[in-house]
Amino acid sequence: MTSYADYATGEPVADTKAPSGPIDERWDKRRFEAKLVNPANRRKHTVIVVGTGLAGGSAGATLAEQGYHVVQFCYQDSPRRAHSIAAQGGINAAKNYRNDGDSIHRLFYDTVKGGDFRARESNVHRLAQISVEIIDQCVAQGVPFAREYGGLLDTRSFGGVQVSRTFYARGQTGQQLLLGAYQALSRQIAAGNVEMHPRTEMLDLIVVDGRARGIVARDLVTGRIDTYFADAVVLASGGYGNVFYLSTNAMNSNATAVWRAHRRGAYFANPCFTQIHPTCIPRTGDHQSKLTLMSESLRNDGRIWVPRAKGDTRPPNEIPEDERDYYLERIYPSFGNLVPRDIASRAAKNVCDEGRGVGPGGQGVYLDFADAIRRMSRKAVEAKYGNLFDMYQRITDEDPYEVPMRIYPAVHYTMGGLWVDYDLQTTVPGLFAIGEANFSDHGANRLGASALMQGLADGYFVLPATINDYLARNPHHDEVSDEHPVVQEVLAETQDRLNLLLSVDGDRTPDSFHREVGELMWEFCGMARTDSGLRKALERIPQIREEFWRRIKVPGSGEEFNQSLEKANRVVDYLELAELMCLDALHRSESCGGHFREESQTPDGEAARKDEEFGYAAAWEFTGTGEAPVLHKEDLVFEYVHPTQRSYA
Amino acid sequence: MKLTLRVWRQKNADADGTMSTYEVDGISPDMSFLEMLDTLNEELILRGEDPVAFDHDCREGICGACSLVINGDAHGPERTTTCQLHMRSFKDGDTIDVEPWRASAFPVIKDLVVDRSAFDRIIQAGGYITAPTGAAPEAHATPVPKPDADFAFEHAECIGCGACVAACPNGAAMLFTSAKINHLNVLPQGAPERETRVLDMVERMDEEGFGGCTLAGECATACPKGIPLMSITQMNKEWLRATRRVGKR
Amino acid sequence: MARTVWDSTVGKKTVMAVSGLIMLLYLVVHMIGNLKIFFGAGEFDHYAHWLRTVGEPFMHYEWTLWLVRVVLVAAVVAHAVSAYQLSRRDIRARPSKYVHKKPRASYATRTMRWGGIILGLFIVWHILDLTTGTVHPGFRPGHPYQNVVDTFSTWYGNVIYIVAMLALGLHVRHGFWSAAQTLGVGSRRRDRALKTVADVLALLLTAGFIAVPVGVMTGVVS
Repeated sequence: MTSYADYATGEPVADTKAPSGPIDERWDKRRFEAKLVNPANRRKHTVIVVGTGLAGGSAGATLAEQGYHVVQFCYQDSPRRAHSIAAQGGINAAKNYRNDGDSIHRLFYDTVKGGDFRARESNVHRLAQISVEIIDQCVAQGVPFAREYGGLLDTRSFGGVQVSRTFYARGQTGQQLLLGAYQALSRQIAAGNVEMHPRTEMLDLIVVDGRARGIVARDLVTGRIDTYFADAVVLASGGYGNVFYLSTNAMNSNATAVWRAHRRGAYFANPCFTQIHPTCIPRTGDHQSKLTLMSESLRNDGRIWVPRAKGDTRPPNEIPEDERDYYLERIYPSFGNLVPRDIASRAAKNVCDEGRGVGPGGQGVYLDFADAIRRMSRKAVEAKYGNLFDMYQRITDEDPYEVPMRIYPAVHYTMGGLWVDYDLQTTVPGLFAIGEANFSDHGANRLGASALMQGLADGYFVLPATINDYLARNPHHDEVSDEHPVVQEVLAETQDRLNLLLSVDGDRTPDSFHREVGELMWEFCGMARTDSGLRKALERIPQIREEFWRRIKVPGSGEEFNQSLEKANRVVDYLELAELMCLDALHRSESCGGHFREESQTPDGEAARKDEEFGYAAAWEFTGTGEAPVLHKEDLVFEYVHPTQRSYA
Repeated sequence: MKLTLRVWRQKNADADGTMSTYEVDGISPDMSFLEMLDTLNEELILRGEDPVAFDHDCREGICGACSLVINGDAHGPERTTTCQLHMRSFKDGDTIDVEPWRASAFPVIKDLVVDRSAFDRIIQAGGYITAPTGAAPEAHATPVPKPDADFAFEHAECIGCGACVAACPNGAAMLFTSAKINHLNVLPQGAPERETRVLDMVERMDEEGFGGCTLAGECATACPKGIPLMSITQMNKEWLRATRRVGKR
Repeated sequence: MARTVWDSTVGKKTVMAVSGLIMLLYLVVHMIGNLKIFFGAGEFDHYAHWLRTVGEPFMHYEWTLWLVRVVLVAAVVAHAVSAYQLSRRDIRARPSKYVHKKPRASYATRTMRWGGIILGLFIVWHILDLTTGTVHPGFRPGHPYQNVVDTFSTWYGNVIYIVAMLALGLHVRHGFWSAAQTLGVGSRRRDRALKTVADVLALLLTAGFIAVPVGVMTGVVS
């Protein structure tokens, strides 16, 4: 038997949908070339949308507006609670309202560069083009963006970008954008165009004759497992950061939808590209169930520092100015505290590894507003960051107006995801992936305020245009029903899996396994990765998996509301996905963006990319649990933004 | 910390519920209330008992999923969501009562989990601006005076948790409904549907079986996002205005 | 439109607010009229007679009075029926109580409901006592001064009246402010002013009405 790490390399995978020609004409060209479905025929097409976050909510609403019959799912009790709601900082758009030199091309350029040249140019350019329409759309829906006294929209600079292109609604931009999408979706639910299934979780994908034709889902209230059929399936189920157990994701965010799709044939691209966000509240102990992000906008006015001396345990206010190390300002004088997320995170890790970290366990750095308060007055700081300061105080019981905040990096976003072409279609025809669930636009590192932009671009504008083409070219399908042998098989597999979870009756809880694999991933596949560490993780994961199926304990039955069963079933998928993430990280022996391999750094400790060797997206094909997957490379061609080593010094 | 918990246990919607008593030990004051319940649940699972079901998700006070009445207060003694309540708000040796939201429009699903879909249906009745994708004018075409934008935002902050209903002696959803109406009705974009929105949403709210407002003010006290009681006054005003206008048509 | 108003919780509250304000206006007039008792039987009885001739010669004898009575009865009925229906609805909306009880929760709601019931019963007694005389031994039509003095010469007359007037004060206090909110005239800026007006109105009405039995008891009026 070959080991998991002995993967084979298969045929390259290529995006065949992006038109050639000048980059700024490609999206127009694609929309023109795409076939359309006659409006009268749209009602006859059913589209399944899994997830109701920014991507799913906006896609469901827009497809329904176009006349499709949408069947939509979310595990939450209401579509309004999808985790997009927790995004704080803002949404980028190349409106250039500030006349500060912004343009679509600059947003495109910044995103490709910020992603460390591991994203597809065509997709990123389209994203930048659409960004301006998103703001118009959201304003029309009544999203209460921050405004200036003249009544026009306010913008701010965000996350290491030198133009002010970030639109925001205090520290609750994600919430406001999501409510906009949710309200549009609600209108379609009321109109009968969307059939909404809250508290229903997708457990598997149904692929018939090579096409995605439906899903298996469990009603979380009654435990009933049902099949739902459609002409196309759209996954908008978010990222997989919860593999790490502790992350800024919601407790129930999970990878089951994308992982099950991967098992059914969808390639999984760049799984190791994980974003570690630099400004999170440090953990307080073993009871910690999740980590809370503090908006990156805090870095606009807050200064990050640690004591110069190791093991300095004095309270921060007693450490004199010349004994403090404002390390970001020191190492990166031109960007200072505003360097991209991956760089800020790694720098924090480095100073903590040196023994200069602060707070319990030395896992923290200071984010200090004393200067900002002196400069802008406490009132101004309060107006800008009041809600974030309140949140910090509530969690830590410390007053950030008096004592510097303590922050530490935490898993926040996953750039990797299901591989999709320009049409956002996966390698399974009829299966689309949008938002964080796909890998498309952020390369190896996502810029601040770009996740909301991508989710809404995919949902409002891209998918509704491209899915037409698929549906128009595949108008007639044979009806599928529960009697179909493939469906029977998928149903049986799902049922068996749940029954097995319930019958092991071991002595460990689902959470204990989740925590174990999460800690392993944080240690070996977190902010800095090494060949030996990743190999260790790859050795350990199958052992945990084996132990899981021997010792898992899930009380209750499957025919009822059973949160332990939900959790255990999600952990099953984490235990497989974790392995792929480690393998991807192991095979990519370069450093790029959120993926830092200690073996690959410049003499002064910066990430060293290897474009010749790794200028591709890695799309993995599933071959069986614990069996070596097949790597398909998509070569990335850079015609407009030429790869350079990122420099923020 | 060592605590005694009295928790509402109810097998399913049709079963009768009762308060069950549990002891938890080794609780850190830095734990959130939900992390304390996690600790209890881990023990229950290992003992082979059914863990306590409760809704929760983001655990950072924004998704609105968590929904516990703690010692008679929706979301507990602090003005925040349950997930942002920390054990430092309690004392070693305390006995804590934990109950679900109680309102006939929010039937219990299991233990502390209730069905709040009535809120979604109120939104579906008119809590939106009809702006199909692609039809939007340039964002700066319509300036919105800052005070109006701030007013809209203040009401748009509602997280739909339902604490207002849980706290109201009448099980009324006035604060929730008014927050959404006020958010959209003050904006120029919301003007074309201003009348139908308030009339339809109030009608739906009534149909869902929520109670009426006696201005007891408990809702605004419980609201973790600080939606003010005056929000209801403003909704009443909008409703009367709409009734007069629609009556004339 | 009438249907919309009556079918809606917000509409019914509007009915309560408007009918409540009509009654409140009447009470202010009634209270001021009552004070005439301190100027002697002649003036008081003359005032009572005048109430029947208001509007003459355009209005016939007692027409105005009956008009006022009809409006008042309509207001009382609308107020009471709305209150009853809304209370039923409120109780249905919260069928099971919290095991952990909080004392403060429904102070305003409770005083409004029980206060309302007390006031309803009082109105019935008050009419039977001083308008029709049905429950008033020795009632003399056309001599209101004497009738009033009679009533407040009994201990139970005083108790019923004073308890009812205290209930009235509490009812007006929350009711006036509440009506302002229902009618949408409240605002953050105006809130303090509205609450002050409500307090002053409640105090003046209670004091003005209670002055009469106190006057009789102390012998100022006899």
